Amino acid sequence: MVTPLMPAHMRDVTVTRQGKQVLGPVDLTLGQSGFTILLGPNGAGKTTFLKALHGLERLSTGSVTWSAPDDVARMKQAYVFQSPVMLRRSVRANLGYPLAILGQPKAQVNDAVEAWATRIGLTAALDRPATGLSGGEKQKLALARALIRDPEILLLDEPCSNLDGRSVKDIEALLTAAHQAGTRIVMATHDLGQARRLATEILFLFKGHIHEAGPAPDAFDAPQTPEFKSFLNGDILI
Amino acid sequence: MKSLITALVVALGTTAVQADTMKMAVTTSFNNSGLSDVLLPAIKEDLDLDVQLLIVGTGQALRLGEAGDVDAILVHSKKAEEAFVADGYGTHRREIMYNDFVLIGPSDDPAQIKDSEAAKDALARIEKAQAPFVSRGDDSGTHKKELSLWAGADLAPATFDEWYKAVGAGMGASLNTAAGMGAYIMSDRASWLNFDNKADLAILFAGDPVLFNQYAYIPVNPEKHAHVNKDAAAQLEGWLVGDRAKGLIDSYTINGEKLFTFNAQQ
Amino acid sequence: MNDIWAGLSSAFWLVVTGDPDLIEITLRSLQVSLTALVIASAIALPFGTWLAIRRFRFRRTAIAVLNSLMGLPPVVVGLIVYLLLSRSGPFGVLGLLFTPTAMIIAQVIIITPLIASITHQAMRDLWAEYHDLLISLNTTPTRRILTLISDGRRALLTAALAGFGRAIGEVGAIMIVGGNIDHATRVLTTSIALETGKGDFALALGLGFVLIALALTVNLIIHALSRTEREGRW
Repeated sequence: MVTPLMPAHMRDVTVTRQGKQVLGPVDLTLGQSGFTILLGPNGAGKTTFLKALHGLERLSTGSVTWSAPDDVARMKQAYVFQSPVMLRRSVRANLGYPLAILGQPKAQVNDAVEAWATRIGLTAALDRPATGLSGGEKQKLALARALIRDPEILLLDEPCSNLDGRSVKDIEALLTAAHQAGTRIVMATHDLGQARRLATEILFLFKGHIHEAGPAPDAFDAPQTPEFKSFLNGDILI
Repeated sequence: MKSLITALVVALGTTAVQADTMKMAVTTSFNNSGLSDVLLPAIKEDLDLDVQLLIVGTGQALRLGEAGDVDAILVHSKKAEEAFVADGYGTHRREIMYNDFVLIGPSDDPAQIKDSEAAKDALARIEKAQAPFVSRGDDSGTHKKELSLWAGADLAPATFDEWYKAVGAGMGASLNTAAGMGAYIMSDRASWLNFDNKADLAILFAGDPVLFNQYAYIPVNPEKHAHVNKDAAAQLEGWLVGDRAKGLIDSYTINGEKLFTFNAQQ
Repeated sequence: MNDIWAGLSSAFWLVVTGDPDLIEITLRSLQVSLTALVIASAIALPFGTWLAIRRFRFRRTAIAVLNSLMGLPPVVVGLIVYLLLSRSGPFGVLGLLFTPTAMIIAQVIIITPLIASITHQAMRDLWAEYHDLLISLNTTPTRRILTLISDGRRALLTAALAGFGRAIGEVGAIMIVGGNIDHATRVLTTSIALETGKGDFALALGLGFVLIALALTVNLIIHALSRTEREGRW
């Protein structure tokens, strides 16, 4: 039997940079399923939170523990960056990279690549350099590349900032599909509309602290903290 | 690309050692004379010996001999050669032939050295006129000879002003410099005759016996360096003092001018 | 100006008549410099890449040393290699002095820092771009180096060609360790030095033009060979 990755626990997690605490302390359990939207103004610590969860950030205190052992846990997570990192290779090679480096047979990699290319509408561009794609196409490719290893949890850092409406719609459709297929999702955004469309759970981060955590419709309808309330009102939080 | 690399590796691996070769350090002036182009094929023919020449200054030639990096040297700086043998680096010194040095300068001869009676007189006139003079300045045999001539004229180059230019280069490069500046220079006759970029320069003084330039052959001492090819060195010595060499050396000319005089004790 | 024309026509006739000496020294130039390039690249490309991605205590010092080694005068390298390979030196028993192998060793020493330094600079930028993704995908250090070398191949090609250019045009070191022996260690650059010394500027310049043409040809061939199956900008 395969050990599931979730739930994950963040215990007393803090991140300090140059003497300044930018995150935490955070104590949190991420449950088995759900689409968590991480909200907060710029500089609230959203990226640091996601990176700390993913293991890209050196923790000053505390720990992040997954239900699966560490080596397995790393392989079952995927991360999509705010500005997509394109390898200087073809679209095909970009999509297949996460599988290819695991040593999977070429035919198997190629099948997965073709299937994902179809889903993101990049079949015609498969053999073109990925760096030549438009911003929306790049982000779709990055998302597909993150999903191709079939992760149990997908972390996204404002994947839709600076994208046109069409691309945002495509990406949201892909995310909804992944969520329905059982992928645990944690996504940072500062777009309230997007949060309302997608979230099953809300985390509100301000000055490195979690000020609000709860199921999505309730949090929007009845915010528990004054900070989240003014954020929902569109006030500038300082 | 892979086949290219393979080809290179093969090419590198097959830089094989030939049947019998020896290395001899010679001076630039000897090589510039073109005499080696006549002698080496004859040696190959008679002895089946490939003599690889390292063309360097006398100073470097002696160093190569001391280090055992060559099997023999052929140079022209008697004092240094005798010290080399005395220190045990060479087995003995064998005189082979001589050529001569000439004083070269701009054809209008601003220092009027043309009708000098002796080499030291000519140099004294150059010093008096403060006419530009290019010196090898590279511790070569030719350079050492030039310094001894200044000393013979009771003059010390170390005290000279800007007109005396020690360029620290080989004969050809120094001649190029002199040609470019219209300066006086001392050169061996062979290098001068074979030199193509003469510009306005001409031979202005020659013939003083102190200008004769004795070449000597010294095999590197196998007691210091066991790996030297002493048999080939001995064979070559025998050939160099023989009649075939005598004929080739004495009959070698450039533009009808005889360059070398064979004077080995046979 | 006359000398330059004479040089051009001399180069033309040397090539057209297929002068056997010219072919011999040209092939030897290629043999020495391409072998040096292959060896230096095998050392410098992974090393420069490793230096770009690896954080360690003396990294800055290592980079500073590398950059200053780039400026090593070839004559000094030649002298050091000479002293090492001389019969009286530590590696004298190998009998490598005045052979093409000695020339290759000197050229490897001269161009490895250059290739490694250019590689390091290019790879540092690429690593900044790839860092998060490759860490996120849980790649091994070896995989990271391989990915960077593969994706930065154009920059690496530039680095290698810079190294080749320096090697094929180098004269100071190989003159000392090779000795410019006719039919043994004479190459294009040492011939040029020799002919210049003889005052035969036309022949020297002719050989110089052959050298330039050779370097250009090698550059074009390597570019053609390395062109990826897919066109386009990366």
